[in-house]
Amino acid sequence: MNPGKTASNQSRSAILKRLRQGRGDQPMTVPASDFAVVRDRNWTPAERLDRFEARICSVNGEVHRVAREQWIDTLYALMKAKGLENLLVSEDVEHGRELRRLWPWEAPALLGYEQPIEHWKPAMFNNVAAALTGCLGAIAETGSLMLWPTPQEPRLMSLVPPVHFVLLAADCVYDTFHQAMAEQQWAQQGMPTNALLISGPSKTADIEQTLAYGVHGPRELVVLILE
Amino acid sequence: MSIDTAHSDVQQFHPRVRSALENPQIRSNFRSAMDGLMGKRQAAFEDWELETLRDLGAAVRLRALSRLPELLVQLETNCQLQGIRVHWAETGDQACEIIRDICKARDARRVIKGKSMVSEEMELNHFLEAEGIEALESDLGEYIVQLAEETPSHIIMPAIHKNTDEISDLMHEKTGTERSRDVGYLTASARQQLRDKFMQADVGISGVNFAVAETGTLCLVENEGNGRLTTTVPPCHIAVTGIEKVVEHLEDVAPLLALLTRSATGQHITTYFNMISGPRKADEKDGPEEVHLVLVDSGRSSIYQDQELLDTLRCIRCGACMNHCPVYARVGGHAYGTTYPGPIGKILMPHLLGLENTRDLPSASTLCGACGEVCPVRIPIPKLLQRLRKESVDGDRLRPSVVSGHGVKRTLKERASWNGYRWLASDPGRYRLAGWMMTRFRALTPRNVGPWTRYRAAPRPAAKTLHQLMAARRREEQS
Repeated sequence: MNPGKTASNQSRSAILKRLRQGRGDQPMTVPASDFAVVRDRNWTPAERLDRFEARICSVNGEVHRVAREQWIDTLYALMKAKGLENLLVSEDVEHGRELRRLWPWEAPALLGYEQPIEHWKPAMFNNVAAALTGCLGAIAETGSLMLWPTPQEPRLMSLVPPVHFVLLAADCVYDTFHQAMAEQQWAQQGMPTNALLISGPSKTADIEQTLAYGVHGPRELVVLILE
Repeated sequence: MSIDTAHSDVQQFHPRVRSALENPQIRSNFRSAMDGLMGKRQAAFEDWELETLRDLGAAVRLRALSRLPELLVQLETNCQLQGIRVHWAETGDQACEIIRDICKARDARRVIKGKSMVSEEMELNHFLEAEGIEALESDLGEYIVQLAEETPSHIIMPAIHKNTDEISDLMHEKTGTERSRDVGYLTASARQQLRDKFMQADVGISGVNFAVAETGTLCLVENEGNGRLTTTVPPCHIAVTGIEKVVEHLEDVAPLLALLTRSATGQHITTYFNMISGPRKADEKDGPEEVHLVLVDSGRSSIYQDQELLDTLRCIRCGACMNHCPVYARVGGHAYGTTYPGPIGKILMPHLLGLENTRDLPSASTLCGACGEVCPVRIPIPKLLQRLRKESVDGDRLRPSVVSGHGVKRTLKERASWNGYRWLASDPGRYRLAGWMMTRFRALTPRNVGPWTRYRAAPRPAAKTLHQLMAARRREEQS
């Protein structure tokens, strides 16, 4: 055992001992936790979508509601309008396969996340214009998208490229974060390496409280709601 | 603007307060920022049953503290099962050494940092630099503060004491950007300067907002994305946190997150809520291959011994108490000379440094109660301030207390005046005689009575005592 580990173990015992002593024989009285205030909203599906859209747009998110069979045309039109040269999209997820099958255009080019990041870090940071990912659903109350990055759609896809497109199924919007994690049983099934709530493009107000978008993460977040 | 910001220099509170009060730039920067933040917080809670939500927030934190040792062990077990290496440090120095050893073992020279107040508390950056390891802050506010070689003046908005012109000048001098009042341009320049640093960094160091025992999950709250880059791009991620940040269940995070972002900056949620439960798995293509969690005690387990002061450990570091504090809004964060300024700093720092080093902090308050009213987890800050004031003048220096520096402000003069007053006030005859004397000789009252008369007129006894006035009124009513 190395000396660092021994020191850490000694600290562990000392800290835990002090904490256990501290409470002594006086157990703290703790009021019950009633989660109703962060759970019950009872919005209709239409209200949920409207709330989600209003909230995420209020922090510079962009939302387009599209028919399921038209999302690829909409995506193409948006990329053209924004002048984006390429799109990072997985080859091993349903929407990625569909996109590749139905993408007749030479440009913008479709890129894949084929290698571990170590093999193409500079290219990821400098040459990718946009990325497209799916998501686990959304939260109406805060205008948030829930993402659990996977080997197919890794973490950096929603972080490094300047524009992030997200596909959201219209029937996957929950009232609150509490409701979403309870219904999807996050705690019971165990958490993934990384789970995320994303609510708009990257922003900062660190210079004199003035809002600026795109400081370290994407400067644009575009949600395509599939109806 | 010159203002002393050294952490260790807590003793110089009054000179720093005077220099801050005399600096119109600092006063206007803080005033406008605090006014804005108070308004935004209020708007963000408009649709909420705020008092019910605060009850829940307090209940969740109290439940976590009531089971703190068990939850820390559960957190450790779950983290380890998922491949996170867990380290324990009794002091800030020990935590710094643990982090240094992890860096050395990886031969790491370049560290990129996300925002972490506990790392400020440990003065980690200085420690690593002395060991030849570059530690670069990546949160825009922290980056600005680091460029200026200062310390944060607010726990959420580290560079709030500076305005755009000052930041523009600073970035021009230190990084060669053009001078500009365009915040978009300054932000984009910082993004460009830091991109390469993220790519090259050997280790990323972050703080933790909540650590979930049930699932072994480390939660980070942020807007910029620098926290996500810090915890995803470098091959090794070290998360450092105080031992009090643990919560029992994943669902406990929901009310705390709802309270934290709205209380702090009036946002319904931040751009990113980042939940990390392990290093990169074999089939994953990014994320760090090593994740470490450093649990730092640094005085917290001593606070835990005291049933009353332990409430300080509920804090979720939102900063609402500073935003609403009439003292903080006027003197700013640097005047306190401590890592955590404002009301929460005034109760936390005496625990961490002892009253002997923080003698002026508990009394740097008007006890207006605003901090207690806005605290999302209902920490009774005014009550704890009174408790610490009492301890700092307590007569029995040997009385056991978890706060060191018991009775450090006790002075002979003050004791003598109170004893004299007690002697006069505990006998009707003596009391009347004293009243009579004071009304007679009121012209002799000194014009200079210490700090009181620095900004105010000296108090002067009335011509008649209250007893005399009441007697006169009774006579009038009878006639």
